[in-house]
Amino acid sequence: MITAGTIVFLVLALIAIGTALGMLISRNSIYSVLFLVMNFGTIALLYLVLGAPFIALTQITVYAGAIMVLFLFVIMLLGGEGIPGHEPLRLQRPVSLLMVTILAGEALLVIGLRYAQANNFIPLEIPPATYATPTEIGLLLYSRYLLPFEVTSVILLAALLGAILLTRSDQPSNRKN
Amino acid sequence: MVPLTYYLALSFILFVLGITGVLLRRNAIVAFMSLELMFNAANMAFIAFARQFGALDGQIFVFFVMAVAAAEVAVGLALMVAIFRTKRGINIDQMNSMKG
Repeated sequence: MITAGTIVFLVLALIAIGTALGMLISRNSIYSVLFLVMNFGTIALLYLVLGAPFIALTQITVYAGAIMVLFLFVIMLLGGEGIPGHEPLRLQRPVSLLMVTILAGEALLVIGLRYAQANNFIPLEIPPATYATPTEIGLLLYSRYLLPFEVTSVILLAALLGAILLTRSDQPSNRKN
Repeated sequence: MVPLTYYLALSFILFVLGITGVLLRRNAIVAFMSLELMFNAANMAFIAFARQFGALDGQIFVFFVMAVAAAEVAVGLALMVAIFRTKRGINIDQMNSMKG
């Protein structure tokens, strides 16, 4: 039975997988970044479908906005869009393909055994209208998850200081551990 | 609505594509972007499970993952700029010595 929801999901999933493949395959790093931005946008749409509007918009502003712009800055700063590849290590390609195949088989097995039973194909229910509104998320974030929230601010401060220290130019040999 | 299994399958496919990129690409920036793809695959599993069980905790966790990923990207890209200064390149195979 194909419903409208299934069609939406399949189209979005195909776009997500296609852009992920494009990111992997394209030779030019700039194209990779643009493919990844499109992938993040598609995933944000899937979050909206799953009833997570706050996370979907955070995904667009933080991931597709801030992080990918940072990537673009660094690629253009280093001129790294077309860095030629050296000779690959001899066994790298076959060994990594083998490991990816093992991982894929393992995950297929788990999904097949655990989640492919008939009662796991019941569609998700429509949540109540108050599910995951920004108000709900804010209440939870500032009550039960207050300590992790504060720790996050320390992590962001550490990242800020680390990035400034590592890229300081008056220190030619960066001997920070 | 679509069953949870579909979302898990999509999340798994994206994760495998990301790990393929980390293992196969030797441009460090592209490997880094594949890492972001893996974060997103895990986030999607979180959101799908949060929806399945009607609990908001999964969404809060995704929020924290995003914050830590932003910090990690800032430090990682700064490291790449520092490595590029000494090595004149960001090929992963060149990064084989501890002291710059």
